[in-house]
Amino acid sequence: MKRLLLALFVVMILALVSLLIGAGDLSLASLLSSWPGENAMQVLLVSRIPRTVAIVLSGTGMAVAGMIMQMLTQNRFVEPSTAGTVESASLGLLVVTLVAPGVPPLVKMLVASAFALAGTALFLRILRLIPLRSALTVPLVGIMLGGIVSAVTTFFAYRFDLLQSLNAWTTGDFSGVLRGRYELLWVAFGLTVLAYLAADRLTLAGMGRDVATNLGLRYRSVVSLGLVIVSMVTAAVVATVGMMPFLGLIVPNVVSMMMGDNMRRSLPWIALLGAGLVLTCDIVGRVIYAPYEIPIGTVMGVVGSALFLALLLKGRERLA
Amino acid sequence: MIEICNVSKTLGDTIAVRGVSLQIPRKGVTSIIGPNGAGKSTLLSMVSRLLPMTAGTVTVDGLDVTSAPSDLLAKRLSILRQDNRISSRLTVRDLVEFGRYPYSKGRLTPEDREKAAAAIGFLDLEDLTERFLDELSGGQCQRAYVAMVLCQDTDYVLFDEPLNNFDMKHAVNMMKLLRRAADDLGKTVVLVLHDLNFASCYSDYIVAMRDGDVAHQGTPDEIMRREIIRSVYDMDVEIQDVRGRKITFYYT
Repeated sequence: MKRLLLALFVVMILALVSLLIGAGDLSLASLLSSWPGENAMQVLLVSRIPRTVAIVLSGTGMAVAGMIMQMLTQNRFVEPSTAGTVESASLGLLVVTLVAPGVPPLVKMLVASAFALAGTALFLRILRLIPLRSALTVPLVGIMLGGIVSAVTTFFAYRFDLLQSLNAWTTGDFSGVLRGRYELLWVAFGLTVLAYLAADRLTLAGMGRDVATNLGLRYRSVVSLGLVIVSMVTAAVVATVGMMPFLGLIVPNVVSMMMGDNMRRSLPWIALLGAGLVLTCDIVGRVIYAPYEIPIGTVMGVVGSALFLALLLKGRERLA
Repeated sequence: MIEICNVSKTLGDTIAVRGVSLQIPRKGVTSIIGPNGAGKSTLLSMVSRLLPMTAGTVTVDGLDVTSAPSDLLAKRLSILRQDNRISSRLTVRDLVEFGRYPYSKGRLTPEDREKAAAAIGFLDLEDLTERFLDELSGGQCQRAYVAMVLCQDTDYVLFDEPLNNFDMKHAVNMMKLLRRAADDLGKTVVLVLHDLNFASCYSDYIVAMRDGDVAHQGTPDEIMRREIIRSVYDMDVEIQDVRGRKITFYYT
């Protein structure tokens, strides 16, 4: 508990740093001197706070979604971007943009969630049909499925001149986050809380169908609940800030090594570490090439793949 | 009492279990023996609702296992299958405490913790409680699983090859423990066993299966006979009385 509070404190410091850096001048002094409601305050309220909140919400959401996927598939290499979930959500966004461009963001997100749900359910179905000889087969199947879905998406995006939008969904980027354009992420946050309430059931489901059934768990309904949470969180994040690779893979694996997989205990850590990692990567992306920005998806890809490689080499015998 | 009535299971083209009817009485140890592929594990999985049956019914104290609420059944009957491989990293204590899930739904009461501690003690796991399952040997893991199932504290306890991964000493301890669970705690223990001599020494009742059906059933003295074992296993064995037990010699 003490360590958890310490981690919370660190994440809050990171959030504060994230508030204070950026292209526009925003120091504590300028904030105070320009009081009331001058330029610096505007920047803070319209851009900085929404951005930092978006980072925290999407970081926690995606890390928790990754953990849930790993429990549902009983495989440590699965997360929404290796299960076809992200690609299906993008396809859903493309479809709704083509068919009904005027609908409110919430409706777009719901359509994307439905596509994500269908894609992930298809992934689980395929897994049940093929013989799983190695733990690595599972993410490979997901990556292939994602490849097929995204090929379809790219084809239609190309045909209808929407490649730019597609790029926004597939590469995570917080620079476009402004007040009024990130609030969907609170839906993701609500679902993350729901996941915590169902932590015991999800942990049980992670012990496999037989053990879970023996203990009286309605396995199928828990899997459905998990899938709905993962799909909606992914859709919300993809629709507002775009994809952040590796996040859902690294954070749950690190926490699992630290303290195991009892989600009642590990979920707060996963949420905090997810937020901390995205905050750090975002700060790096904004500082390293200032006043320009490197999108978080890119930074995350570099940092994430390095961390993941380290994890693989360290815990090889356990993960494989 | 577990009543198995005309239960069948078809897997693709093969019939794994063909119309088995069997009554397993309350209390005591019942062992199911038979050659590989006789349908023992399939039958046990159907009795414990882990596998849907193609035809027939199973009732446990009058509860139909296919229609009764799963969480109600989880307080009456528990099963440990063979080759459990839980991939999540859980500590022994977490695992055993999850055995209380049917009662606590995750919110452990002091009584739940007491039962978990008792199960951990029963299986001699006190030194391992904070260890993760992936740090344990096969035998230690198996003991942790057994502790979880005992912690579930059901009247009926089903084990599919519980002696897997055990050395001689642990195998004997496990059988003694199951015997104690039946005698002292009044449990009904149903086992699938491969070792005939363990079945002979520790069971009250033996069911011999072959080709998806019950071939013979009876007390150890009735089943441990040369002609019966031959008809079940297609193998000639020698059976001797050793200190009042029927023991088979089949090694040479």
